Amino acid sequence: MKITVNIDGVRYEDDVEPRLLLVHYLRERAGRTGTPIGCDTTNCGACTVLMNGVSVKSCSVLTVQADGAEITTIQGLADGELHPLQRAFHEEHALQCGYCTPGMIMAAVDLLRDNPHPTEEQVRDGLEGNLCRCTGYQNIVRAVMRAAGDGEHAQAATGERAGVSA
Amino acid sequence: MTTIVEHEVGKARTRKEDARLITGQTNWTDNITLPGQAHVAFLRSPYAHARITSVDVSAARQASGVIAAFSGADFAGEQGSLPCAWPVTEDIVMPDHPPMAVDTVRYAGEIVAAVVARDRYAAADALESIDVSYEPLEPVLDMEAALEPGSPKVHEAGNKSFTWTFANGDLEAAFRDAPVVLERTYRQQRLIPSAMEPRAVVCAPVGDEYTMWSATQIPHVLRVMLAVVTGIGEQNLRVIAPDVGGGFGSKLQVTAEEVLALLLARKLGRPVKWTESRSEGNVAVHHGRDQIQRIRVAASADGQLRGLDVDLLADMGAYLMLVTPGIPLLGAFMYNAIYKMDAYRFNCTGVFTTKTPTDAYRGAGRPEATFAIERIMDDLAAHLGVDPLELRERNWIRHEEFPYTTIAGLTYDSGNYEAATAQARSLFHYDDLRKEQSERNAAGSPVRLGIGVSTYTEMCGLAPSRILGSLAYGAGGWEHASVRVLPTGKVEVVTGSSAHGQGHETAWSQIVADELGVPFEDVRVLHGDTQVSPKGMDTYGSRSLTVGGTAVVKACGKVREKARAVAAAMLEVSPDDLEWADGRWSVRGDPEQGKTIGEIAFATFAAHNMPEGVEPSLDSDATYDPDNFSFPHGTHLCAAEVDTETGAVKIRSYVAVDDVGVVVNPLIVDGQVHGGIAQGIGQALYEEAAYDSSGNLVTATLADYLIPSAADLPAFTIARTTTPSTGNPLGVKGVGEAGTIASTPAVVNAIVDALRPLGVSDVPMPCTPQRVWRAIQEASPASGPASGPASGSEGAAR
Repeated sequence: MKITVNIDGVRYEDDVEPRLLLVHYLRERAGRTGTPIGCDTTNCGACTVLMNGVSVKSCSVLTVQADGAEITTIQGLADGELHPLQRAFHEEHALQCGYCTPGMIMAAVDLLRDNPHPTEEQVRDGLEGNLCRCTGYQNIVRAVMRAAGDGEHAQAATGERAGVSA
Repeated sequence: MTTIVEHEVGKARTRKEDARLITGQTNWTDNITLPGQAHVAFLRSPYAHARITSVDVSAARQASGVIAAFSGADFAGEQGSLPCAWPVTEDIVMPDHPPMAVDTVRYAGEIVAAVVARDRYAAADALESIDVSYEPLEPVLDMEAALEPGSPKVHEAGNKSFTWTFANGDLEAAFRDAPVVLERTYRQQRLIPSAMEPRAVVCAPVGDEYTMWSATQIPHVLRVMLAVVTGIGEQNLRVIAPDVGGGFGSKLQVTAEEVLALLLARKLGRPVKWTESRSEGNVAVHHGRDQIQRIRVAASADGQLRGLDVDLLADMGAYLMLVTPGIPLLGAFMYNAIYKMDAYRFNCTGVFTTKTPTDAYRGAGRPEATFAIERIMDDLAAHLGVDPLELRERNWIRHEEFPYTTIAGLTYDSGNYEAATAQARSLFHYDDLRKEQSERNAAGSPVRLGIGVSTYTEMCGLAPSRILGSLAYGAGGWEHASVRVLPTGKVEVVTGSSAHGQGHETAWSQIVADELGVPFEDVRVLHGDTQVSPKGMDTYGSRSLTVGGTAVVKACGKVREKARAVAAAMLEVSPDDLEWADGRWSVRGDPEQGKTIGEIAFATFAAHNMPEGVEPSLDSDATYDPDNFSFPHGTHLCAAEVDTETGAVKIRSYVAVDDVGVVVNPLIVDGQVHGGIAQGIGQALYEEAAYDSSGNLVTATLADYLIPSAADLPAFTIARTTTPSTGNPLGVKGVGEAGTIASTPAVVNAIVDALRPLGVSDVPMPCTPQRVWRAIQEASPASGPASGPASGSEGAAR
């Protein structure tokens, strides 16, 4: 089937099988490998991208469903300089292996669009569909709170870093 | 000239790795596409145990887009046997393990055929046209039943792989007339490591040379093993671990898929790629834990430990993978933990079942040991009516007693359990929570409060080669590093330790900056490619910093000494007149006269004035083999609210005070602790690889195998004490596994502590609401759940 899709600002016109998953289209046809695949049951969220500004798990979207859509991946997020969430993830050490990071950041973009000043609990609930095996989420939550513009609150709300002694 | 040099070690540097990871420029194996690359798909057995009577791949070969299709018989002459490098006893049963099954399958998920096609969709489609006939055999799913004489056999030689025993001290005397003897049986459920990046392999042949990219923790070990298994010369194999998305032990393996990718590339003469799906990975990636632990302690009336007796059954699964039999042995030296006692016996039997093989999973043997001893210490405290922290203090090695040789024969170089515990106690508000607990118990509250204690230690920095040799492990435990100072003064560091999320590029840069007096930004760390980094033992067992980091320090030391000779020639003084101060060589007594490493590097490059006998290069190598393990320790305290009406558990607060020695980068260490705690909580509350009665894994997806999400976890309060390790120049101990080791018993102890007044003495893991509720019912079948006013909000469900 013929599709036209805009990915990170570039227009693609293509002929795809109806069953082709959007994430496979992004990775294997459009070469946008910044969006990884972590599962096959839509649980992990690693493949989260924005479709017309709203976060979707691109493993659960058929490419044909994205016909006419604007897709933003992690590779299209920085606009000359890093997006505040990218910066916050770096500064708060919110990633280790980094595999969940593209999806986590894209989900957080949507979360903050919806709720620019979330509480810690709202961040945790909002990111429930994105799994991370490395960080225990503590610094991810801090990063999202920081990007929301309330760094001090982030420190207070998400556990303590107590001093070093002995 | 006076310069104040700020030390890099100890700084919370944000990571160099992040730049590519947060922008999607990462080089995951699955991102690689080579010209002419074909895709591989594997057909896997739906039976846990069956004889293969025929495999017909002819229809698949005719399918659209298919390049080739093979059955196990096609590889019978060349595929060899997947390696096990740890034959723990002389009489161990180590069955043949063909990468692709030829006549028998022994777990659901074992590979029986392969398709190579133009793309992944065509390969997956063609699997459906392969016709395999099976003659089902009885599955073997229960370890205890497997050892019964009449049990169906997983392998011809039987279901027992080995029995390994360690004993020290007079156990019989320790138990004889002991005022207190407690015996418990704990179950370490089977876990799936669940690194977020599924495994992937790309293999490219060029003539008789092969390059393999693999999502592996162990490119160096893999290269050696691929050569041994396939007979391809090691010099013709290059293994690259590009960016790797977590491992947790699951990528510490030589897999069937890697061997088969290499054989397929050789057979077809073109690059092949295989990427697993998560549900494929859950049945095919090795699992972790799965032990039945029978543990007995003998103690005096005041709770002083006398003897400890541990009997383990460890599920190997269907085959022995790379280090499968050695995993429970890593726990053998840790059951005695931080405690003093007179006698100890450890006995472990490895059992074959028709399930996915087990092997290393974060902590590997040590979490199991720590769980059992910390659970029974809490039970002993309750039995004696003593506070669990008080009981531990009566038994632990006091800080002035280090170095201390334990009953298990290890010498702990340093530690301060008193300091870590005191700090944890204070941050946790231990006494206040105990008071609240008593009040809730007195009021018969339906939501009880429990406090769980875990005072752990672990052996890290794997490992002194001579000890590995004495345990019959097939390789050494050293690590290698090269340091090259480039003409412009920038530095390349090559490490044999292969990172997959740990942040080596950042931490190693900090170490080198201090050692050579160069800016952090000027250091580049290279790893994970056997052509770039030809020597290494890779990353596992919290070894990277203690062993690999020390190798870097030693290589820097050699570079510095060489630089001294060149600097002396440049300054026209004797090398003996120079001192290393503020990151440069300067003339003693005349610090204005000095040369930085960068200046010396350019002089070496120009080589106009090299001292006699000094080669014109400023680089060096070092291989470091540790004398001893390192022993991080800490005290973790967990407060859990348990709703006795629903069985729901909510972690109210969690405090971890860890002593991992000197900290190179606190940001990275904090992250390791957070993630470790989360994984341990996963085992305590959520995770279990469950099989049905036919031997099918019923938790093959992330919808069924529940790894915790952000909404499932609390924020942790973490702190540190710092007792440097005396075993390495950095004073570091390792932190990769600490959280996972400590947190599981802390959480389960908290749940049991909450329910002890109701007669509950154990809840099997994972402590789901159903299991907690059932434990309450079974403990008090007559009275039902605790009476008291109903609570609508206190005990929030998951």
